[in-house]
Amino acid sequence: MKDFWARFSRNRGAVIGLIILACVVVLAITGPFLYPRSPWAMVQRPFLAPFATPGFPFGTDTLGRDIAAGLAHGARVSLLVGFVSTLAALLIGVPLGALAGYFGGWIDDALMRFTEFFQTIPSFALAIVLVAILQPSLSSVVLAIAVVSWPPVARLVRAEFLSLRSREYVEAAILQGETTSRIILTQILPNALPPIIVLASLMVASAILLESSLSFLGLGDPNIMSWGYMIGAARTVIRQAWWMSFFPGVAILLAVLALNLVGEGLNDALNPRLARKGR
Amino acid sequence: MNLLVTILQRLGKGYLVLLAIAILNFFLIRAAPGDPAQVMAGEAGAADEIFILQLRQQFGLDKSLFEQLWLYLSKVATFDLGFSYRQKMPVWDLILDRLPATLLLTGTAFVISLVLGLLLGAVAASREGTWADSAVTIIALLFYATPLFWIALMAILLFSVQLDWLPSFGMETVGGGHTGFARALDIARHLILPASTLGLFFMAVYARMTRAAMLEIRGLDFVKTARAKGLSPAKIQRRHVLRNALLPIITLAGLQAGQIVGGAVLTETVYAWPGIGRLMFEALLQRDYNLLLGVFLVSSAMVIIFNIITDLVYRIADPRIGVSA
Repeated sequence: MKDFWARFSRNRGAVIGLIILACVVVLAITGPFLYPRSPWAMVQRPFLAPFATPGFPFGTDTLGRDIAAGLAHGARVSLLVGFVSTLAALLIGVPLGALAGYFGGWIDDALMRFTEFFQTIPSFALAIVLVAILQPSLSSVVLAIAVVSWPPVARLVRAEFLSLRSREYVEAAILQGETTSRIILTQILPNALPPIIVLASLMVASAILLESSLSFLGLGDPNIMSWGYMIGAARTVIRQAWWMSFFPGVAILLAVLALNLVGEGLNDALNPRLARKGR
Repeated sequence: MNLLVTILQRLGKGYLVLLAIAILNFFLIRAAPGDPAQVMAGEAGAADEIFILQLRQQFGLDKSLFEQLWLYLSKVATFDLGFSYRQKMPVWDLILDRLPATLLLTGTAFVISLVLGLLLGAVAASREGTWADSAVTIIALLFYATPLFWIALMAILLFSVQLDWLPSFGMETVGGGHTGFARALDIARHLILPASTLGLFFMAVYARMTRAAMLEIRGLDFVKTARAKGLSPAKIQRRHVLRNALLPIITLAGLQAGQIVGGAVLTETVYAWPGIGRLMFEALLQRDYNLLLGVFLVSSAMVIIFNIITDLVYRIADPRIGVSA
């Protein structure tokens, strides 16, 4: 654990990323207490410029809703969707990759064809179609993001399982008569975990980007304030009111950047042998 | 001859993928809430009883699911993607009308991203550890983390509203009446902002990739040999390192074709660029599912064709790979 921190903190960017991420998490947790009123509530006159009125540091939007409140509530949605959809993608990708890598043969062939198919489809277009058909809601957004982001997981897990499968400790477990599911879950999977964790942290970042893009197009849950929705709603008044789309965009940028930096730090810390390769 | 076989093989595989997507589309329409006939009619609007009944017969909704699927697939095979009852036009005609704009936009964005990405990546790799390297790394990190639609909006704010340099709306000046060369110039001016926006994100990806690949290749034996032979450093970078670094980037470029098409939806929406991405957004607003799924199918086809092209380019760039492999 001490080694882990030492290696992680040697990457300056990763430490900065972790600090930004901590701020976003704190904002997500305290948001509802800082702004107990609904972020949809109209609280001031519309088109209020930022830094002008005390209590409204980021101004108000076209309907007089507080942008700061929207930012605070949006943090929760972004992180929630990012983590849950990544988890869902792992739940699809890890078993498929594990089965393909462990059994090989026709199972591997079939599963990889299936994965390739999903990689060929333009993922954002598929996500749009899925959410539009299933009707926009938090669960359909999570489902759509998971469906388009599991293929890299399956490929990575398959590659890891392929190489770990022939290790001596796995062969020993097979000789001992351990069941296949036990070998997969207790012998191979724990050793395949580090690269999966790194990939997962980067996937949370791209899931947040994807969620914001969907909400921007009006495909977010209509009852939940999110950063992408705020930008989408302010898009048509960009000439009159820059701040309405500027601040939510900065929020997305910071959250995604932080997660990418943390992912790189995790890579340094968890895969020390690979860490400096090609950097 | 071998090349021809490869192309045919790839086309066959692509055809299978398209077939699978068409089947997926078929079931998606049926997964939408409500009656499929009503869904295809665009829910409200045109939904009078007789019309719906007519639709139901036309799509064979009174037949078995398997027969329906067969009917649907045989229509798709003849480029009959159905009728958009919102736009009062066949879906295929609508898409065909918008396709050139998207091809122009995505093609230009792709060239911009590849050229700038390679250039920045090569600069960063050859000046490793200097301020130039850090600058490229930071720029790449930032663009990689920025939502595409937000870059588009900020670019409008800066270059169109503040500086008033470039147009930010549509593909040509409305009522400009330009013809010939003047029209091309007008379109080019309208193209700059959308194409660079779409290209910048991928530029970041390619720059990071180029840098990593070049640094890795620089340590290999054949580069040492080249250095020992007394070749100039610039020539080694260009002929030995960069050329080999190109291979993973071409692979990546092929994989990202789908993402560029997806990004076009966002870029075209913000800049009102009249392509199929914008068409998809319009279909979305009007809940025009028939059109939505049609655009989805055609954009998948675009990606497949693009994948085949990168595959061929890869074989040209790396003569070690036999065309039949």
